[in-house]
Amino acid sequence: MEPKWRPQEFEEAAELLSADPGASTLSMSASDTTSTAAGGGGGGEDVKLDLSEDEEGQEESSELLGGQKPTGGFWTFEYYQSFFNVDTVQVLDRVKGSVMPLPGRNFIKHYLRSNPDLYGPFWICVTLVFSVAISGNLSTFLSEMGNPVYHYRPQFHRVTIAAVVIFMYAWLVPIGLWGFLTWRQGAERQIGGYSFLETVCVYGYSLFIYIPTSVLWIIPFEWLRWTLILVAMVISGSVLVLTFWPVVRDDTKVMAVATVATIVVLHTLLAVGCKMYFFQTAAHIPTPVPTTPPTYTALVT
Amino acid sequence: MADEASRPFAGLSEVSIPEDVPVEGDISVPVGPSRRDDEFSTLDEPVKETVLRDLRAVGTKFVHVLYPKRSSALLRDWDLWGPLLLCVTLALLLQGGAADSDDQGGPQFAEVFVIVWFGSIIITLNSKLLGGTISFFQSLCVLGYCIMPLTVAMVVCRIVLIGGSGTVSFAVRLVVVTASFGWSTFASTAFLADSQPPNRKALVVYPVFLFYFVIGWMILTFSPSQ
Repeated sequence: MEPKWRPQEFEEAAELLSADPGASTLSMSASDTTSTAAGGGGGGEDVKLDLSEDEEGQEESSELLGGQKPTGGFWTFEYYQSFFNVDTVQVLDRVKGSVMPLPGRNFIKHYLRSNPDLYGPFWICVTLVFSVAISGNLSTFLSEMGNPVYHYRPQFHRVTIAAVVIFMYAWLVPIGLWGFLTWRQGAERQIGGYSFLETVCVYGYSLFIYIPTSVLWIIPFEWLRWTLILVAMVISGSVLVLTFWPVVRDDTKVMAVATVATIVVLHTLLAVGCKMYFFQTAAHIPTPVPTTPPTYTALVT
Repeated sequence: MADEASRPFAGLSEVSIPEDVPVEGDISVPVGPSRRDDEFSTLDEPVKETVLRDLRAVGTKFVHVLYPKRSSALLRDWDLWGPLLLCVTLALLLQGGAADSDDQGGPQFAEVFVIVWFGSIIITLNSKLLGGTISFFQSLCVLGYCIMPLTVAMVVCRIVLIGGSGTVSFAVRLVVVTASFGWSTFASTAFLADSQPPNRKALVVYPVFLFYFVIGWMILTFSPSQ
Protein backbone atom coordinates (compact mmCIF):
# COMPACT_ATOMS: atom_id res chain seq x y z
CA MET A 1 0.00 0.00 0.00
CA GLU A 2 1.63 3.17 -1.13
CA PRO A 3 1.58 6.21 1.14
CA LYS A 4 -0.75 9.08 0.36
CA TRP A 5 0.91 12.45 0.03
CA ARG A 6 -0.53 15.14 2.18
CA PRO A 7 -0.91 18.60 0.61
CA GLN A 8 1.72 20.04 2.92
CA GLU A 9 4.30 17.59 1.72
CA PHE A 10 3.35 18.31 -1.83
CA GLU A 11 3.88 22.00 -1.25
CA GLU A 12 7.35 21.40 0.15
CA ALA A 13 8.21 19.10 -2.68
CA ALA A 14 6.90 21.55 -5.23
CA GLU A 15 9.01 24.30 -3.73
CA LEU A 16 12.07 22.09 -3.86
CA LEU A 17 11.34 21.28 -7.46
CA SER A 18 10.74 24.85 -8.45
CA ALA A 19 14.19 25.66 -7.10
CA ASP A 20 15.72 22.95 -9.25
CA PRO A 21 13.38 21.94 -12.04
CA GLY A 22 15.77 19.45 -13.50
CA ALA A 23 15.96 17.30 -10.41
CA SER A 24 14.86 13.73 -10.71
CA THR A 25 11.67 12.93 -8.92
CA LEU A 26 9.97 9.86 -7.65
CA SER A 27 6.42 9.34 -8.71
CA MET A 28 4.13 8.00 -6.05
CA SER A 29 0.97 7.77 -8.08
CA ALA A 30 -0.84 4.55 -8.65
CA SER A 31 -0.73 4.62 -12.41
CA ASP A 32 2.27 3.88 -14.54
CA THR A 33 3.87 7.20 -15.37
CA THR A 34 5.65 5.98 -18.44
CA SER A 35 2.51 5.01 -20.24
CA THR A 36 1.06 7.64 -22.47
CA ALA A 37 -2.38 6.17 -22.57
CA ALA A 38 -5.39 7.61 -20.88
CA GLY A 39 -5.23 5.09 -18.08
CA GLY A 40 -3.56 7.49 -15.73
CA GLY A 41 -6.42 9.91 -15.90
CA GLY A 42 -8.67 7.88 -13.70
CA GLY A 43 -6.75 8.36 -10.50
CA GLY A 44 -7.93 11.77 -9.49
CA GLU A 45 -7.13 11.18 -5.85
CA ASP A 46 -3.53 10.11 -6.24
CA VAL A 47 -1.32 13.15 -6.30
CA LYS A 48 1.18 12.84 -9.13
CA LEU A 49 4.48 14.18 -8.00
CA ASP A 50 6.54 13.48 -11.10
CA LEU A 51 7.07 16.95 -12.53
CA SER A 52 9.88 16.00 -14.87
CA GLU A 53 9.39 15.61 -18.59
CA ASP A 54 6.11 13.79 -18.76
CA GLU A 55 3.20 13.92 -21.12
CA GLU A 56 0.52 13.16 -18.55
CA GLY A 57 -1.86 15.24 -16.56
CA GLN A 58 -1.06 17.91 -14.07
CA GLU A 59 -2.06 18.95 -10.58
CA GLU A 60 -5.66 20.06 -10.60
CA SER A 61 -5.32 22.93 -8.20
CA SER A 62 -2.64 24.79 -10.13
CA GLU A 63 -3.90 24.63 -13.69
CA LEU A 64 -2.66 28.03 -14.66
CA LEU A 65 0.98 27.37 -13.80
CA GLY A 66 1.14 23.74 -14.85
CA GLY A 67 2.55 22.12 -11.78
CA GLN A 68 4.29 24.99 -10.08
CA LYS A 69 2.14 25.84 -7.12
CA PRO A 70 1.91 29.63 -6.71
CA THR A 71 2.45 31.01 -3.26
CA GLY A 72 -0.43 33.04 -1.97
CA GLY A 73 -3.56 34.23 -3.71
CA PHE A 74 -3.66 36.39 -6.79
CA TRP A 75 -3.94 39.53 -4.69
CA THR A 76 -0.53 39.07 -3.07
CA PHE A 77 2.73 40.34 -4.51
CA GLU A 78 4.43 36.96 -4.12
CA TYR A 79 1.99 35.41 -6.57
CA TYR A 80 3.26 37.67 -9.33
CA GLN A 81 6.84 37.35 -8.18
CA SER A 82 6.67 33.66 -9.03
CA PHE A 83 6.25 34.65 -12.68
CA PHE A 84 9.56 36.49 -12.67
CA ASN A 85 11.66 33.76 -11.21
CA VAL A 86 14.33 33.76 -13.90
CA ASP A 87 17.99 34.66 -14.11
CA THR A 88 19.77 36.51 -16.88
CA VAL A 89 21.29 33.28 -18.14
CA GLN A 90 17.91 31.59 -18.36
CA VAL A 91 16.34 34.45 -20.31
CA LEU A 92 19.24 34.52 -22.75
CA ASP A 93 18.98 30.77 -23.11
CA ARG A 94 15.29 30.97 -23.96
CA VAL A 95 15.87 33.75 -26.44
CA LYS A 96 18.53 31.63 -28.10
CA GLY A 97 16.13 28.73 -28.25
CA SER A 98 13.50 30.84 -29.95
CA VAL A 99 15.93 31.90 -32.65
CA MET A 100 17.28 28.44 -33.38
CA PRO A 101 14.43 25.94 -33.49
CA LEU A 102 15.63 22.41 -33.87
CA PRO A 103 13.22 19.65 -34.84
CA GLY A 104 12.46 17.51 -31.86
CA ARG A 105 13.13 20.30 -29.41
CA ASN A 106 9.86 21.40 -27.98
CA PHE A 107 10.40 24.93 -26.74
CA ILE A 108 8.21 24.52 -23.72
CA LYS A 109 9.57 21.19 -22.64
CA HIS A 110 13.18 21.95 -23.39
CA TYR A 111 13.60 25.55 -22.34
CA LEU A 112 10.76 26.45 -20.05
CA ARG A 113 10.82 23.29 -17.96
CA SER A 114 7.83 24.19 -15.80
CA ASN A 115 9.20 27.62 -15.05
CA PRO A 116 7.40 29.94 -17.45
CA ASP A 117 8.12 33.58 -16.93
CA LEU A 118 6.44 36.81 -17.88
CA TYR A 119 9.63 38.87 -18.07
CA GLY A 120 10.61 37.65 -21.52
CA PRO A 121 7.26 38.02 -23.27
CA PHE A 122 6.57 41.46 -21.80
CA TRP A 123 9.91 43.09 -22.52
CA ILE A 124 10.24 41.46 -25.92
CA CYS A 125 6.84 42.93 -26.84
CA VAL A 126 7.83 46.37 -25.58
CA THR A 127 11.13 46.28 -27.44
CA LEU A 128 9.38 45.10 -30.57
CA VAL A 129 6.86 47.95 -30.38
CA PHE A 130 9.59 50.57 -30.22
CA SER A 131 11.87 48.89 -32.73
CA VAL A 132 9.08 48.62 -35.29
CA ALA A 133 7.95 52.21 -34.78
CA ILE A 134 11.46 53.67 -34.79
CA SER A 135 12.69 51.59 -37.73
CA GLY A 136 9.56 52.45 -39.68
CA ASN A 137 10.15 56.11 -39.05
CA LEU A 138 13.79 55.81 -40.11
CA SER A 139 12.93 53.91 -43.27
CA THR A 140 10.36 56.54 -44.23
CA PHE A 141 12.97 59.21 -43.70
CA LEU A 142 15.60 57.39 -45.76
CA SER A 143 13.27 56.70 -48.64
CA GLU A 144 12.18 60.32 -48.80
CA MET A 145 15.57 61.88 -48.38
CA GLY A 146 15.90 63.09 -51.94
CA ASN A 147 12.42 64.57 -52.03
CA PRO A 148 12.61 68.37 -51.56
CA VAL A 149 8.97 68.61 -50.58
CA TYR A 150 9.31 66.10 -47.78
CA HIS A 151 9.68 67.44 -44.29
CA TYR A 152 10.74 65.00 -41.60
CA ARG A 153 8.06 64.11 -39.12
CA PRO A 154 8.54 61.91 -36.06
CA GLN A 155 5.23 60.04 -36.58
CA PHE A 156 4.89 59.31 -32.93
CA HIS A 157 1.36 57.97 -33.31
CA ARG A 158 2.89 54.84 -34.78
CA VAL A 159 4.11 53.82 -31.34
CA THR A 160 0.56 53.72 -30.06
CA ILE A 161 -0.66 51.70 -33.00
CA ALA A 162 2.26 49.28 -32.81
CA ALA A 163 1.71 48.83 -29.08
CA VAL A 164 -1.98 48.03 -29.49
CA VAL A 165 -1.42 45.56 -32.32
CA ILE A 166 1.52 43.72 -30.84
CA PHE A 167 0.18 43.44 -27.32
CA MET A 168 -3.19 42.27 -28.57
CA TYR A 169 -1.47 39.60 -30.65
CA ALA A 170 0.80 38.49 -27.83
CA TRP A 171 -2.07 38.12 -25.37
CA LEU A 172 -5.32 37.44 -27.22
CA VAL A 173 -3.98 34.79 -29.55
CA PRO A 174 -2.47 32.69 -26.73
CA ILE A 175 -5.72 33.03 -24.77
CA GLY A 176 -7.69 31.83 -27.77
CA LEU A 177 -5.29 29.03 -28.54
CA TRP A 178 -5.08 27.85 -24.96
CA GLY A 179 -8.85 27.93 -24.59
CA PHE A 180 -9.29 26.04 -27.82
CA LEU A 181 -6.73 23.37 -26.93
CA THR A 182 -8.14 22.95 -23.46
CA TRP A 183 -11.61 22.56 -24.90
CA ARG A 184 -10.36 19.96 -27.36
CA GLN A 185 -8.76 17.99 -24.59
CA GLY A 186 -12.06 18.22 -22.80
CA ALA A 187 -12.80 15.58 -20.23
CA GLU A 188 -10.46 13.04 -21.72
CA ARG A 189 -7.26 14.42 -20.22
CA GLN A 190 -5.11 12.45 -22.57
CA ILE A 191 -2.06 14.46 -23.31
CA GLY A 192 -1.52 17.22 -20.79
CA GLY A 193 -1.97 20.49 -22.58
CA TYR A 194 0.17 23.47 -21.90
CA SER A 195 -0.78 25.86 -19.21
CA PHE A 196 -1.91 29.35 -20.10
CA LEU A 197 1.33 30.90 -18.93
CA GLU A 198 3.43 28.53 -21.01
CA THR A 199 1.42 29.43 -24.10
CA VAL A 200 1.88 33.14 -23.51
CA CYS A 201 5.56 32.51 -22.85
CA VAL A 202 6.22 30.63 -26.06
CA TYR A 203 4.35 33.24 -28.10
CA GLY A 204 6.27 36.04 -26.47
CA TYR A 205 9.66 34.47 -27.07
CA SER A 206 8.74 33.57 -30.63
CA LEU A 207 8.32 37.27 -31.39
CA PHE A 208 11.97 37.94 -30.57
CA ILE A 209 13.21 37.23 -34.10
CA TYR A 210 11.17 40.16 -35.39
CA ILE A 211 13.28 42.66 -33.45
CA PRO A 212 16.47 42.31 -35.51
CA THR A 213 14.30 41.81 -38.58
CA SER A 214 12.58 45.13 -38.08
CA VAL A 215 15.92 46.87 -37.63
CA LEU A 216 17.22 45.31 -40.84
CA TRP A 217 14.09 46.43 -42.66
CA ILE A 218 15.50 49.94 -42.65
CA ILE A 219 17.63 48.92 -45.62
CA PRO A 220 15.50 50.11 -48.52
CA PHE A 221 15.54 47.13 -50.85
CA GLU A 222 12.22 45.42 -51.35
CA TRP A 223 13.67 42.02 -52.24
CA LEU A 224 15.75 42.11 -49.06
CA ARG A 225 12.75 42.98 -46.96
CA TRP A 226 10.68 40.14 -48.35
CA THR A 227 13.55 37.71 -47.87
CA LEU A 228 14.00 38.83 -44.29
CA ILE A 229 10.32 38.52 -43.53
CA LEU A 230 10.27 35.03 -45.02
CA VAL A 231 13.24 33.91 -42.94
CA ALA A 232 11.79 35.40 -39.77
CA MET A 233 8.40 33.81 -40.38
CA VAL A 234 9.93 30.42 -41.01
CA ILE A 235 12.01 30.52 -37.85
CA SER A 236 9.32 31.98 -35.66
CA GLY A 237 6.58 29.81 -37.11
CA SER A 238 8.58 26.65 -36.71
CA VAL A 239 9.13 27.39 -33.03
CA LEU A 240 5.37 27.59 -32.61
CA VAL A 241 4.63 24.59 -34.78
CA LEU A 242 7.22 22.41 -33.08
CA THR A 243 5.74 23.37 -29.74
CA PHE A 244 2.11 22.79 -30.56
CA TRP A 245 2.27 19.88 -32.94
CA PRO A 246 2.78 17.20 -30.25
CA VAL A 247 -0.32 18.45 -28.51
CA VAL A 248 -2.65 18.49 -31.48
CA ARG A 249 -1.44 15.50 -33.42
CA ASP A 250 -3.57 13.13 -31.38
CA ASP A 251 -6.66 14.99 -32.41
CA THR A 252 -8.44 14.25 -35.64
CA LYS A 253 -6.30 14.94 -38.67
CA VAL A 254 -8.47 17.77 -39.88
CA MET A 255 -8.47 19.62 -36.58
CA ALA A 256 -4.75 19.16 -36.09
CA VAL A 257 -3.87 20.58 -39.46
CA ALA A 258 -6.42 23.36 -39.08
CA THR A 259 -5.02 24.40 -35.71
CA VAL A 260 -1.46 24.50 -36.89
CA ALA A 261 -2.48 26.31 -40.07
CA THR A 262 -4.31 28.95 -38.05
CA ILE A 263 -1.26 29.51 -35.87
CA VAL A 264 0.91 30.00 -38.92
CA VAL A 265 -1.57 32.23 -40.72
CA LEU A 266 -2.02 34.55 -37.74
CA HIS A 267 1.71 34.82 -37.34
CA THR A 268 2.10 35.63 -41.00
CA LEU A 269 -0.61 38.26 -40.82
CA LEU A 270 1.19 40.00 -37.98
CA ALA A 271 4.51 40.09 -39.79
CA VAL A 272 3.14 41.17 -43.14
CA GLY A 273 0.78 43.66 -41.57
CA CYS A 274 3.61 45.30 -39.66
CA LYS A 275 5.71 45.49 -42.75
CA MET A 276 2.95 46.94 -44.93
CA TYR A 277 1.91 49.58 -42.44
CA PHE A 278 5.16 50.70 -40.90
CA PHE A 279 7.54 50.28 -43.81
CA GLN A 280 5.75 51.80 -46.70
CA THR A 281 7.59 52.43 -49.91
CA ALA A 282 7.83 55.93 -51.29
CA ALA A 283 4.81 55.55 -53.51
CA HIS A 284 2.50 54.76 -50.64
CA ILE A 285 3.41 57.35 -48.09
CA PRO A 286 0.32 59.40 -47.36
CA THR A 287 0.97 63.06 -47.96
CA PRO A 288 0.32 65.10 -44.84
CA VAL A 289 -2.84 67.16 -44.87
CA PRO A 290 -1.88 70.75 -45.62
CA THR A 291 -2.67 73.03 -42.71
CA THR A 292 -3.03 76.15 -44.81
CA PRO A 293 -5.76 76.32 -47.44
CA PRO A 294 -4.48 76.20 -50.97
CA THR A 295 -3.91 79.63 -52.39
CA TYR A 296 -5.57 79.05 -55.73
CA THR A 297 -9.05 79.46 -54.22
CA ALA A 298 -8.28 83.12 -53.67
CA LEU A 299 -7.67 83.53 -57.41
CA VAL A 300 -11.02 82.01 -58.33
CA THR A 301 -12.95 84.77 -56.62
CA MET B 1 3.05 39.78 41.61
CA ALA B 2 3.99 42.41 44.07
CA ASP B 3 7.49 41.07 44.47
CA GLU B 4 7.90 40.78 40.71
CA ALA B 5 7.10 44.41 40.38
CA SER B 6 9.37 45.48 43.15
CA ARG B 7 12.34 43.27 42.21
CA PRO B 8 13.94 45.83 39.91
CA PHE B 9 13.41 48.45 42.54
CA ALA B 10 14.52 46.27 45.40
CA GLY B 11 17.00 48.72 46.80
CA LEU B 12 14.59 51.60 46.86
CA SER B 13 12.50 50.33 49.71
CA GLU B 14 15.22 51.42 52.09
CA VAL B 15 15.38 54.96 50.75
CA SER B 16 13.21 57.44 52.49
CA ILE B 17 12.52 60.94 51.32
CA PRO B 18 11.88 63.48 54.04
CA GLU B 19 8.68 65.30 53.40
CA ASP B 20 9.95 68.78 54.11
CA VAL B 21 12.61 68.81 51.39
CA PRO B 22 11.10 70.29 48.27
CA VAL B 23 11.81 68.42 45.11
CA GLU B 24 12.68 70.77 42.38
CA GLY B 25 14.41 70.71 39.09
CA ASP B 26 14.02 71.45 35.49
CA ILE B 27 12.07 68.99 33.42
CA SER B 28 12.05 70.92 30.18
CA VAL B 29 13.47 69.00 27.22
CA PRO B 30 16.18 70.92 25.48
CA VAL B 31 15.02 71.86 22.01
CA GLY B 32 17.75 71.16 19.49
CA PRO B 33 17.95 72.47 15.94
CA SER B 34 14.72 71.75 14.14
CA ARG B 35 14.94 68.46 12.27
CA ARG B 36 12.98 67.68 9.15
CA ASP B 37 11.01 64.86 10.62
CA ASP B 38 10.01 66.80 13.72
CA GLU B 39 6.74 68.13 12.49
CA PHE B 40 5.92 70.48 15.26
CA SER B 41 9.01 72.62 14.86
CA THR B 42 8.56 73.22 11.14
CA LEU B 43 5.06 74.58 11.52
CA ASP B 44 6.21 77.91 12.84
CA GLU B 45 8.99 78.67 10.44
CA PRO B 46 8.47 81.14 7.64
CA VAL B 47 7.30 79.76 4.30
CA LYS B 48 10.43 80.98 2.59
CA GLU B 49 12.51 78.68 4.77
CA THR B 50 10.37 75.65 4.00
CA VAL B 51 10.49 76.27 0.29
CA LEU B 52 14.21 76.92 0.34
CA ARG B 53 14.88 73.76 2.28
CA ASP B 54 13.04 71.64 -0.26
CA LEU B 55 14.71 73.46 -3.11
CA ARG B 56 18.07 72.81 -1.55
CA ALA B 57 17.24 69.12 -1.24
CA VAL B 58 16.24 68.99 -4.88
CA GLY B 59 19.37 70.85 -5.86
CA THR B 60 21.59 68.47 -3.89
CA LYS B 61 20.09 65.56 -5.74
CA PHE B 62 20.71 67.24 -9.07
CA VAL B 63 24.36 67.55 -8.12
CA HIS B 64 24.43 63.89 -7.16
CA VAL B 65 23.15 62.97 -10.60
CA LEU B 66 25.76 65.15 -12.25
CA TYR B 67 28.55 63.32 -10.43
CA PRO B 68 27.12 59.85 -9.92
CA LYS B 69 28.89 57.90 -7.29
CA ARG B 70 27.62 55.23 -4.97
CA SER B 71 26.05 57.57 -2.50
CA SER B 72 22.84 56.83 -0.72
CA ALA B 73 21.61 60.41 -0.60
CA LEU B 74 19.23 59.96 -3.50
CA LEU B 75 17.88 56.79 -2.05
CA ARG B 76 17.58 57.80 1.56
CA ASP B 77 15.73 61.08 1.18
CA TRP B 78 13.67 60.51 -1.91
CA ASP B 79 11.33 63.12 -3.22
CA LEU B 80 9.37 63.42 -6.42
CA TRP B 81 9.61 67.18 -6.95
CA GLY B 82 12.67 66.89 -9.10
CA PRO B 83 11.23 64.26 -11.43
CA LEU B 84 8.02 66.26 -11.79
CA LEU B 85 9.95 69.41 -12.62
CA LEU B 86 12.12 67.59 -15.15
CA CYS B 87 9.18 65.83 -16.75
CA VAL B 88 7.18 69.03 -17.17
CA THR B 89 10.21 70.86 -18.57
CA LEU B 90 10.92 68.06 -21.02
CA ALA B 91 7.30 67.82 -22.14
CA LEU B 92 7.05 71.58 -22.61
CA LEU B 93 10.27 71.71 -24.59
CA LEU B 94 9.06 68.91 -26.84
CA GLN B 95 6.09 71.03 -27.84
CA GLY B 96 6.17 73.46 -30.66
CA GLY B 97 7.40 70.84 -33.06
CA ALA B 98 6.33 70.26 -36.62
CA ALA B 99 2.57 70.64 -36.79
CA ASP B 100 1.54 69.47 -33.35
CA SER B 101 -2.09 69.25 -34.26
CA ASP B 102 -1.26 66.82 -37.01
CA ASP B 103 -1.06 63.26 -35.82
CA GLN B 104 2.14 62.74 -37.75
CA GLY B 105 4.04 65.02 -35.46
CA GLY B 106 6.00 64.47 -32.34
CA PRO B 107 4.70 63.27 -28.99
CA GLN B 108 1.98 65.27 -27.36
CA PHE B 109 2.41 66.67 -23.86
CA ALA B 110 0.33 63.87 -22.36
CA GLU B 111 2.27 61.21 -24.26
CA VAL B 112 5.56 62.41 -22.79
CA PHE B 113 4.06 62.40 -19.33
CA VAL B 114 2.64 58.91 -19.79
CA ILE B 115 5.90 57.55 -21.13
CA VAL B 116 7.99 59.03 -18.34
CA TRP B 117 5.75 58.17 -15.42
CA PHE B 118 4.31 54.87 -16.56
CA GLY B 119 7.69 53.86 -17.85
CA SER B 120 9.24 54.55 -14.47
CA ILE B 121 6.45 52.70 -12.67
CA ILE B 122 6.77 49.66 -14.91
CA ILE B 123 10.54 49.56 -14.53
CA THR B 124 10.18 49.84 -10.76
CA LEU B 125 7.60 47.03 -10.69
CA ASN B 126 9.88 44.97 -12.86
CA SER B 127 12.82 45.39 -10.55
CA LYS B 128 10.73 44.62 -7.51
CA LEU B 129 9.24 41.51 -9.10
CA LEU B 130 12.73 40.30 -9.94
CA GLY B 131 13.60 40.48 -6.27
CA GLY B 132 15.07 43.94 -5.84
CA THR B 133 15.29 45.44 -2.40
CA ILE B 134 14.77 49.05 -3.38
CA SER B 135 11.47 50.60 -2.40
CA PHE B 136 8.90 51.78 -4.91
CA PHE B 137 9.28 55.52 -4.46
CA GLN B 138 13.04 55.39 -4.12
CA SER B 139 13.23 53.81 -7.53
CA LEU B 140 10.82 56.35 -9.03
CA CYS B 141 12.96 59.09 -7.52
CA VAL B 142 16.19 57.75 -9.01
CA LEU B 143 14.73 57.17 -12.45
CA GLY B 144 13.15 60.60 -12.49
CA TYR B 145 16.24 62.48 -11.38
CA CYS B 146 18.40 60.68 -13.93
CA ILE B 147 16.33 62.21 -16.71
CA MET B 148 18.20 65.43 -16.01
CA PRO B 149 21.06 64.89 -18.51
CA LEU B 150 18.48 64.26 -21.21
CA THR B 151 16.58 67.43 -20.31
CA VAL B 152 19.84 69.39 -20.54
CA ALA B 153 20.40 67.76 -23.94
CA MET B 154 16.92 68.89 -25.01
CA VAL B 155 17.74 72.48 -24.08
CA VAL B 156 20.99 72.25 -26.02
CA CYS B 157 19.18 70.74 -29.01
CA ARG B 158 16.66 73.54 -29.13
CA ILE B 159 19.43 76.10 -28.98
CA VAL B 160 21.26 74.33 -31.81
CA LEU B 161 18.08 74.17 -33.86
CA ILE B 162 17.72 77.92 -33.66
CA GLY B 163 20.90 78.12 -35.66
CA GLY B 164 19.64 75.85 -38.39
CA SER B 165 18.55 72.29 -39.04
CA GLY B 166 21.05 70.99 -41.51
CA THR B 167 23.35 68.01 -41.35
CA VAL B 168 25.86 69.72 -39.06
CA SER B 169 23.20 70.55 -36.54
CA PHE B 170 21.94 66.99 -36.72
CA ALA B 171 25.41 65.62 -36.09
CA VAL B 172 25.87 67.89 -33.09
CA ARG B 173 22.48 66.93 -31.72
CA LEU B 174 23.21 63.26 -32.23
CA VAL B 175 26.45 63.51 -30.28
CA VAL B 176 24.84 65.48 -27.46
CA VAL B 177 21.83 63.17 -27.14
CA THR B 178 23.96 60.02 -27.26
CA ALA B 179 26.29 61.35 -24.59
CA SER B 180 23.46 62.36 -22.28
CA PHE B 181 21.64 59.07 -22.84
CA GLY B 182 24.78 57.19 -21.83
CA TRP B 183 25.18 59.47 -18.83
CA SER B 184 21.58 58.92 -17.69
CA THR B 185 21.81 55.17 -18.00
CA PHE B 186 25.14 55.07 -16.20
CA ALA B 187 23.92 57.34 -13.39
CA SER B 188 20.73 55.39 -12.74
CA THR B 189 22.57 52.08 -12.89
CA ALA B 190 25.05 53.35 -10.33
CA PHE B 191 22.21 54.00 -7.92
CA LEU B 192 20.05 50.98 -8.67
CA ALA B 193 22.62 48.26 -9.21
CA ASP B 194 23.30 47.54 -5.58
CA SER B 195 19.75 46.64 -4.77
CA GLN B 196 19.48 43.79 -7.24
CA PRO B 197 20.45 40.17 -6.83
CA PRO B 198 23.70 39.66 -8.77
CA ASN B 199 22.45 37.11 -11.28
CA ARG B 200 19.65 39.37 -12.46
CA LYS B 201 21.39 42.69 -12.82
CA ALA B 202 21.23 42.67 -16.61
CA LEU B 203 17.52 41.89 -16.50
CA VAL B 204 16.94 45.05 -14.50
CA VAL B 205 19.35 47.30 -16.39
CA TYR B 206 17.93 46.52 -19.83
CA PRO B 207 14.51 48.17 -19.27
CA VAL B 208 16.28 51.26 -17.90
CA PHE B 209 18.40 51.34 -21.05
CA LEU B 210 15.26 51.03 -23.21
CA PHE B 211 13.51 53.79 -21.25
CA TYR B 212 16.25 56.35 -21.69
CA PHE B 213 16.75 55.25 -25.30
CA VAL B 214 13.13 56.06 -26.10
CA ILE B 215 13.35 59.43 -24.38
CA GLY B 216 16.57 60.15 -26.25
CA TRP B 217 14.85 59.20 -29.50
CA MET B 218 12.02 61.62 -28.79
CA ILE B 219 14.56 64.38 -28.17
CA LEU B 220 16.62 63.62 -31.24
CA THR B 221 13.67 63.49 -33.62
CA PHE B 222 12.28 66.80 -32.46
CA SER B 223 12.04 68.88 -35.57
CA PRO B 224 11.05 72.50 -35.46
CA SER B 225 8.01 73.76 -37.31
CA GLN B 226 8.82 75.67 -40.45
